[in-house]
Amino acid sequence: MKATDISNPEYFHKVVDCQYACPAHTPVPEYIRLIGQRRYSDAYMVNWESNVFPGVLGRTCDRPCEPACRRGRVDEEPVAICRLKRVAADHKDDANIATRLPAIPAKKNGKRIALIGAGPASLTVARDLMPLGYEIDLYDENAKAGGFMRSQIPSFRLPEEVLDQEVGYVLDMGVTQVFNTRVNSLREILDKQYDAVFVGTGAPKGKDLKIPGREAADANVHIGINWLESVAFEHTENIGKKVVIVGGGNTAMDCCRTAKRIGGEEVTVTVRSTYEAMKASPWEKDDTLAEGIPILANHSPREFIVEDGKLVAMTFNVVESSYDENGKRTITETGEIVTVECTDAIMAIGQDNAFPWIERDLGIEFGDWDMPVVDKHSFQSTNQKVFFGGDAAFGPENIITAVAHGHQAAISMDLFLSGKSVHDDRPAPGTNLVSTKMGIHEWAYDSQVIDDDRQASAHLPVEQALSSRKIESELGFSPEIAFTEAERCLNCDVQTVFVEEKCIECDGCTDICPTNCITFTENDEEENLRHKLNAPSNNKEQDLYVSYGLPTGRVMVKDEDVCLHCGLCAERCPTSAWDMQKYLYTVTKAGNQPAPILVEQAGRRTKQEEAA
Amino acid sequence: MSFYKPSFRHPDSPTNALGLTRKAYEGGISTLCAGCGHDSISAAIIQAVWGLNIEPHRVAKMSGIGCSSKSPNYFLNKAHGFNSVHGRMPSVTTGANVANRDLLYIGVSGDGDTASIGMGQFAHVIRRNLNMTYIVENNGCYGLTKGQDSATADEGTQSKKGKINPFEAIDLVALALELGATFVARSFSGDKQQLVPLLKAAMSHKGFALIDIVSPCVTFNNHPGSTKSYDYTREHVEAGAVVDFVPMAQEITLDQIQGSTQNVTLHNGDSVQLSKLSDNYDPTDRVRAIQTLHEHKAKDRLLTGLIYLEPESENFHDILNIPDTPLNQLDQTTLCPGSDALAQINQGLK
Ligand SMILES: Cc1cc2nc3c(=O)[nH]c(=O)nc-3n(C[C@H](O)[C@H](O)[C@H](O)COP(=O)(O)OP(=O)(O)OC[C@H]3O[C@@H](n4cnc5c(N)ncnc54)[C@H](O)[C@@H]3O)c2cc1C
Ligand SMILES: Cc1ncc(C[n+]2csc(CCOP(=O)(O)OP(=O)(O)O)c2C)c(N)n1
Ligand code: SF4
Ligand code: SF4
Ligand code: SF4
Ligand SMILES: [Mg+2]
Repeated sequence: MKATDISNPEYFHKVVDCQYACPAHTPVPEYIRLIGQRRYSDAYMVNWESNVFPGVLGRTCDRPCEPACRRGRVDEEPVAICRLKRVAADHKDDANIATRLPAIPAKKNGKRIALIGAGPASLTVARDLMPLGYEIDLYDENAKAGGFMRSQIPSFRLPEEVLDQEVGYVLDMGVTQVFNTRVNSLREILDKQYDAVFVGTGAPKGKDLKIPGREAADANVHIGINWLESVAFEHTENIGKKVVIVGGGNTAMDCCRTAKRIGGEEVTVTVRSTYEAMKASPWEKDDTLAEGIPILANHSPREFIVEDGKLVAMTFNVVESSYDENGKRTITETGEIVTVECTDAIMAIGQDNAFPWIERDLGIEFGDWDMPVVDKHSFQSTNQKVFFGGDAAFGPENIITAVAHGHQAAISMDLFLSGKSVHDDRPAPGTNLVSTKMGIHEWAYDSQVIDDDRQASAHLPVEQALSSRKIESELGFSPEIAFTEAERCLNCDVQTVFVEEKCIECDGCTDICPTNCITFTENDEEENLRHKLNAPSNNKEQDLYVSYGLPTGRVMVKDEDVCLHCGLCAERCPTSAWDMQKYLYTVTKAGNQPAPILVEQAGRRTKQEEAA
Repeated sequence: MSFYKPSFRHPDSPTNALGLTRKAYEGGISTLCAGCGHDSISAAIIQAVWGLNIEPHRVAKMSGIGCSSKSPNYFLNKAHGFNSVHGRMPSVTTGANVANRDLLYIGVSGDGDTASIGMGQFAHVIRRNLNMTYIVENNGCYGLTKGQDSATADEGTQSKKGKINPFEAIDLVALALELGATFVARSFSGDKQQLVPLLKAAMSHKGFALIDIVSPCVTFNNHPGSTKSYDYTREHVEAGAVVDFVPMAQEITLDQIQGSTQNVTLHNGDSVQLSKLSDNYDPTDRVRAIQTLHEHKAKDRLLTGLIYLEPESENFHDILNIPDTPLNQLDQTTLCPGSDALAQINQGLK
């Protein structure tokens, strides 16, 4: 293999598994360490710079980082990254945060931008472009900003105050709020001479289920996302006693838990797939079961049963899932039919995009499934002035993806309006690699790996939680639990950096490494090299770090897969050929706004401060 | 500074026939200098004992005094151990071995512990062909007491401070051959590919097995002018008989590396597969072994690998006719057969 080019910013970025997996590339270990030091405001700002909604995401994020977390490859469970984020938001000092938000220039740059839809994607664009002097009009059909974060995610998962505060940080930058205004024509908007337009209208159309009895049962059949919105905006205040939810995604979980809080006594979730294959996140399923809501897997809806013009039950075909060798699923009916009595049925089986308000002669090309053609990197449509992001760009995803899109679209809009290329002139990521060496065997990070299991977040007693749809059911981590959980993080951003000129090939590092990451061997093609290593090297998604040739003609090969970042290799190295260096990777924002307002690592609190 | 190793290991760590991963064979975190050859030898011992499927508690680690003698702390935590007095590891091992001949005795000593203060004991334990593996972690100096020249430091080598060693060195391999050792090998801490099979063979040998291992002292003896440094050893090492250890149950598959191969079956049915340096080198021929050793020395080469092996020898227990049951398991009636038996013996002496 060729020697690894560690000057490529992506090489060490990939080693920080959580950050790499995060669509917005939040520097996770950086803020986790700050939480460990009880520096919650600092931790909050590191988050805010990357993901704009730490308090929201600390409760609701889809957590692509957690399945990626390195700890999950050596321990039973990954670090509870998401809940640690919430700790930063819950314990931050609001007054301190207020002083650290970006300054907004009084003198504008003369460019006007319209953002359509006030969800996380548009709000992120506003957050990035307001500090650059743009004038921004934010349109939404609802009375308040937040998009699905407000209309869909129930308050028992995301309290309104948390959302209001973080949406407020952006609106208070001076965004012009054009709310209670549905945009019915993009031409009208373009005619208002905006310099650029961002479409962040989400995927607002809930799918319906066309099975016998649907029409007759209509009065008591609800489309999940419409119903949740109607509850959120207090148009719907109750539901019948027996509720069936059809669908196995997160929307289904929100629907059933909401129903249980506003009158549903017997609430049942039915899903066509197996329990394991359900789309809902595992923790959402856990919370659902904990609230006494059964989930009937392998139930495929068959018919709505209507008596005297009223919905009384639904019938289901019991099915079986089987998978072929390529993992392709086939669902077959077993012949068994199950009847579930119900007064109401909620369809939570997915959403679609819908752009009836975009005229098709504006130069915006539409492709498959009537979706606009949008560039994956620049988020520009075929009309140069019009950009898309969030669920509106490529279909329903999640908040953190919408935020990541927003940051990238903001960069494109700023480049476009500065006469630069949205492809070639994109800014490089910010990187910083510094040694953490403080003494002979002393590091500026806590290198010891602790054994503690993943900490569980406390919940309200179920009865209390079910008493209102507005009480947050999960209580989050206490500072003490947060500390333990923070210490579980392996500091994957503290990189093992190897300098071949210094190595005397003593094997010290190879011998000490607890997970046998390091091998000195003859070089070879990657496939062969993986077979020559001191430990099985089966995770091909993780890179091999290969050195230049050493005096014995061998190379050093480090399999990054299960390195614990414990620093023992560097401690055992007589010549400091290994060093533990902290790597900070930041996604540069529009207008090259400075990287997170970071804080020197060494600033640990003194005992007196700790006591105070 | 880390005082303990994280408890996580590679999730796909292989297990041996006992179902144990290498973790079960580890010891405490080393306090030796970073880069010390002794630590590599500890790692090689872990690999060898794990690979031989020996339960850790069936091993006794014996040592004298020195950095090398301290290193049994850093492997096989679950084994028995005796950190004895300077140069006295052989006699303590002899006693232990008599009391319980069923354990695997691994003696770890240094060049100071063996070639200076322990020289007499070293000679006698060889003479007696005690069933043990005797490892000399040879760094050419007294590491623990800050690097004074030891008796294995070559004449003319320069100390870290620049002083030239005026004395002739003792070659422990040559000496052991001369004293009749039944397994003699030399290796280098920086070459586990060679060292691990040699250790396995030595541990499987019934009788006295010496492995003299060049083990650089990074702090006091790893400078230009030393003949026990990493660089010097790598430049002068000559792998003689290349060894592959083959357990009894396994087919012999070693590819011929150079010259022809030779297979020597050990007492217990395991075998040592040798690929030889040259056709006329026979590691079971003591006279040839001594000669080859000296030829290499004359050419300023350090001969390593298995130098001599006598697979079927009478060891200490055979010579003294010690019962098969370890003495510590004999009960009083077996040990003291009673006055009738005594009377009979006395009768026979009349
Ligand atoms: C029930 C449910 C629960 C969810 N839970 C989570 C969760 O826990 N975590 C998570 O990460 N994601 C969750 N999601 C997904 C997440 O909410 C979305 O992916 C995300 O909000 C998309 O952001 P966005 O900015 O693209 O648009 P949206 O948040 O959808 O916002 C679009 C806004 O545009 C407005 N709009 C649309 N058309 C027009 C128009 N023509 N004129 C004016 N305004 C318009 C809409 O009313 C809306 O306010 C959930 C989704 C649903 C349905
Ligand atoms: C009876 C006695 N004499 C002298 C010493 C001092 N002493 C301790 S270690 C040592 C030499 C150890 O050298 P070596 O066996 O080569 O071990 P190394 O530290 O080099 O591995 C000496 C002389 C002692 N501990 N006991
Ligand atoms: S251990 Fe910490 S740094 Fe590593 S992937 Fe998990 S959360 Fe991220
Ligand atoms: S930091 Fe070094 S010693 Fe620790 S696991 Fe990684 S490679 Fe091994
Ligand atoms: S411990 Fe240092 S000098 Fe020794 S092999 Fe490892 S990197 Fe090289
Ligand atoms: Mg010594």
